[in-house]
Amino acid sequence: MRPEISAQGPESHPDGLPLVSVRDLRTYYSIRGTFIDRLAGREAGIVRAVDDVSLDIRRGEVLGLVGESGSGKTTLGRTLLGLVRPTSGSIEFDGREISRLPERQWRPLRRQMQVVFQDPHASLNPAMTIEQAVGHPLQIHGLVRDREQMRLRVIEVLEHCGLAPGADFLAKYPSDLSGGQKQRAVIARAIILNPVLLVADEPVSMLDMSVRAKILELMLALKRDLELTYLYITHDLATARFFCDRIAIMYLGKIVEVGPADAIYADPKHPYTQALLRAIPEPDPERAVPRDLPRGEVPDAALPPLGCPFHPRCSRAFEPCGWESRDLRELLESRWARAAGAAGVEEEQAVVGDLGVLDRPTPEVRLAAPHGRSPAEIVALLERIRSEDPEEPFWRGIDRITAADTRVELDFHMPRQPQLERVGEVDVACHLYDAPPAAT
Amino acid sequence: MTEPLLDIRRLRVYYGTPGLPVRAVDDVSLVIGEREVVGLVGESGCGKSTLGRGILGLLPEGARADGEVNLNGRNLVGLPLSALRRLRGPELGLIFQEPMTRLNPLLRIADHFQETLEQHESGLTQAEARRRSLETLGRMGIPPTRFNQYPHEFSGGMRQRIMIALALVLRPKLLVADEPTTSLDVIVEGQILALLADLKDNFGTALLLITHNLGIVAEACDRMAVMYAGKIVEEGPVRDVFREPAHPYTRELLRSTISLQTTELHSIPGSPPNLIDPPPGCRFHPRCPNAMRVCAELAPIEQRLDERRRVLCWLHGPAQRVPSGGRLPLEPEAIGMADEA
Amino acid sequence: MAANASRPARSPHGRARLIALGQATKPIREATGTARTMLWVGVAITLFFVVLAAFAPYISPYGFNQYKANGVRFAQLAHPSAAHWMGTTVLSTDVMSRVIWGAQTELTVVAIALVMSVSIGVPLGLVSGYFGGPLDRFLVLIMDALFAFPYLLIAIVIAFLLSSSSIGQGVFTAAIAITVAYVPLYFRVVRNHVVSLREESYVDAARALGARPRTIIRKYVFFNVVQNVPPIATLNAADAILLLAALGFLGYGIQPTQGAEWGYDINRAVSDSASGIWWTAIFPGLAIVLLVTGLTLVGEGLNETLNPVLRRRRFGRIEFDQLDPEQPRD
Repeated sequence: MRPEISAQGPESHPDGLPLVSVRDLRTYYSIRGTFIDRLAGREAGIVRAVDDVSLDIRRGEVLGLVGESGSGKTTLGRTLLGLVRPTSGSIEFDGREISRLPERQWRPLRRQMQVVFQDPHASLNPAMTIEQAVGHPLQIHGLVRDREQMRLRVIEVLEHCGLAPGADFLAKYPSDLSGGQKQRAVIARAIILNPVLLVADEPVSMLDMSVRAKILELMLALKRDLELTYLYITHDLATARFFCDRIAIMYLGKIVEVGPADAIYADPKHPYTQALLRAIPEPDPERAVPRDLPRGEVPDAALPPLGCPFHPRCSRAFEPCGWESRDLRELLESRWARAAGAAGVEEEQAVVGDLGVLDRPTPEVRLAAPHGRSPAEIVALLERIRSEDPEEPFWRGIDRITAADTRVELDFHMPRQPQLERVGEVDVACHLYDAPPAAT
Repeated sequence: MTEPLLDIRRLRVYYGTPGLPVRAVDDVSLVIGEREVVGLVGESGCGKSTLGRGILGLLPEGARADGEVNLNGRNLVGLPLSALRRLRGPELGLIFQEPMTRLNPLLRIADHFQETLEQHESGLTQAEARRRSLETLGRMGIPPTRFNQYPHEFSGGMRQRIMIALALVLRPKLLVADEPTTSLDVIVEGQILALLADLKDNFGTALLLITHNLGIVAEACDRMAVMYAGKIVEEGPVRDVFREPAHPYTRELLRSTISLQTTELHSIPGSPPNLIDPPPGCRFHPRCPNAMRVCAELAPIEQRLDERRRVLCWLHGPAQRVPSGGRLPLEPEAIGMADEA
Repeated sequence: MAANASRPARSPHGRARLIALGQATKPIREATGTARTMLWVGVAITLFFVVLAAFAPYISPYGFNQYKANGVRFAQLAHPSAAHWMGTTVLSTDVMSRVIWGAQTELTVVAIALVMSVSIGVPLGLVSGYFGGPLDRFLVLIMDALFAFPYLLIAIVIAFLLSSSSIGQGVFTAAIAITVAYVPLYFRVVRNHVVSLREESYVDAARALGARPRTIIRKYVFFNVVQNVPPIATLNAADAILLLAALGFLGYGIQPTQGAEWGYDINRAVSDSASGIWWTAIFPGLAIVLLVTGLTLVGEGLNETLNPVLRRRRFGRIEFDQLDPEQPRD
């Protein structure tokens, strides 16, 4: 199912072909387990860093890829650049399929796509001078005749990036430069080959506020002068707003919302996007710390929640969102955390027994009553919890609870994976926007 | 005004080098009252982290401090290490940017709490200690079922919460938080900030929040101090400072902060000075759009703007100390691009 | 550098190299306290022996196997005297001469062995660490297995195997034996460092630029890794001296006809000590102790100086100026 992204934005190539076209991309990592596992060749788990992602990057645009840690945005960027092998799916660059390219054929391709990493202090080889570092791409691709030519070109590109006079910087080492200067040198190194696509992974997040604007301005100027296309990877929606034409929000390896930047900021649809926007600290003293943020954190990517991966934290989750056993554990544990130290907690823990069985994700929970207790007590406890806070989304997810002889049977509604659907100007993957079921 | 909790007077902290020392904190005075949330904001290299650590006496080898850090009337500067150790914890807590620095990967969380309480409140019984630990952890959102896990089993945000709980279990009067949310994602950052902003109500603890992010200061703090090149250049209630910044650096910093409301990118030309040999006069003058002649020659004198605000800038006087002709604008030297950050 | 750099190194390039050298040796020049003392004392001792070794023909009064002069055989087992400062052995050879010539033997063999170890271990470590995969797993397995054995044991086994082969006993056998014992050490250190460097941003960036693996290893990894080698090599040299002496003592070292060797001499001197003859053992023994100590001091001194974790900088004294009393507070 292709998300046909609306063509808002800068003029695209005459024939409308996107520069980069990604379809059903998956990049999975396996985690090494215990020693025995390794010996036997078994993997302990799979991290679905990029899980079935499709998107386009049009020529001349800035596409923002926004997400927190664990979202897969960095892995997606690295997969596009050929630094990581995709597990499956297709990537087309300028009409050419590149996802299965052998390393040797990547080399000429690398002239066309370059990268700027996050940490300016770590992106430059401490043992190379600026001249050597920035000029190295020219040598690798055999683009200069001799050292003199390389020097001139390096000076030219350094000055274009705001390090002037360029000749002064040639003999310096990275340790002699400030953070902002280093990042400029990194950008200079990236553009010296005249690439078509620039992947910028958090280029300003490690720089001071007063310097960020300078680097962003530099990147915008370069975009104009060199007709660059950008993939801007970040967790900071504030800088993204400034810089991007379109934005894609990622959560746990999937795109949850994508569309023109203006539309996303004016009317964010996905609850996660809304939360990200609310959470940005605003330098406005009239505003207090937001209190309605989603609880919890980004879950472990090796064992994502069933259904919609955001559902455990979402205040608007309901039946189809993917309720499962671990949500029950979370409900009980956070309740006990809030009341820690109070009298009733230990009693309640005794009623329920060991929660370990809830760690295996399933929508059909079978919780055995601990020795000497009855399932009816557990059900009563759950009822009591519900009555204290009936608005808790968890309860919408429950289909039925029954107390059998020795255990409680708790069945949630069947989880359904949300898919990206067009809603207005954007594509959203959220059940809140599912089309109502056709009348049967 | 009641006796302040922490009264820093003319503190200086210099780092030793093979050559001249680095004047990381150069004559800083600050007062923190009970249950106050004070933000200390500045960019990298301004000395704010050094100030935070200097308060607790946690300075690296070769560094020396001078001046007063008065906690409940006692000056911490120059106290012997043993006395400082007794105070650290029950009176003063510190949390760092990277939570794993405090958490021992080989100890369970329960052991961490036990160790801390044994060291500082040996009078507690095992059961009481456990109860207090669980309660503090619970308030930070860590469920009791995870009390016996190891630090690596928790995510970054949860480790930060554990760190905060470890500091708070001793009920310190003041908590110094050095960039507590910088390495965290934005939603978790918001959660932690809410916890920190509520400390004064829930635990009666005052908070010194050190950060480079003005948004955090605006949302979470009552008062703020702005640091530049080792000095506090402006201080006052958050509302007042944001509405009408008195120091040009504060104003420029506000303008360069990128938020959702930003319509235009703005930056400050040049870069922060070298603290071994800072510029003469006002340390900000090479980059200041309002610089006057006097700013390049004489160090500014601190001015009280009203009973709650002060600023270190010649724009605000005292007028009679400015030599004649000093108020003329300074010729801006072409800030060589080589100095550009 | 690229093959198309046809011009000779221009001065800015040469200057850059000098600056690099200056930066690299800065920690040594800035060394302070114990590290500095260790370093310079160690260097002095080592240099002393190097001079002995290099100028042995000129310094030594007699040849290493010389047992007579002017047709007159030297006294046997003579006490140290004016003619023989350190006495003579049972074969009438001059002890001092053998100590001096022994220095040449020791240092030559150890130098050859170290050069071979480094030339094999470091590149293997680089390649293995950078590429990983089955090659890495295989090499690590072998190297770890070798590393598990005591150096002496491996050296003896190799020396034994080689001496019954065509190479026979001698300088090269000893050198090879020592090399094999130490290659795993360099391999491990370099490989582990490369593995951690591999994840650094700038190595990633180099891949993204399109650099070939060998270019990356050469320009981005090598320099950052090779800094580890000198302290290890010097400490290694100290250990190697002992190893060679031990081989000599056990009879697996060089042949007596090829040169003097301290370990061998001590072996010969064992029977002498029962008769109260001390000079045949003490002097070679002292030589070993001194040289090993000297090299160890250099190694430890280098380690303390270069290793950023251990490095103690010299801090200037901090004087606080009088504060301007004009800053009024409320």
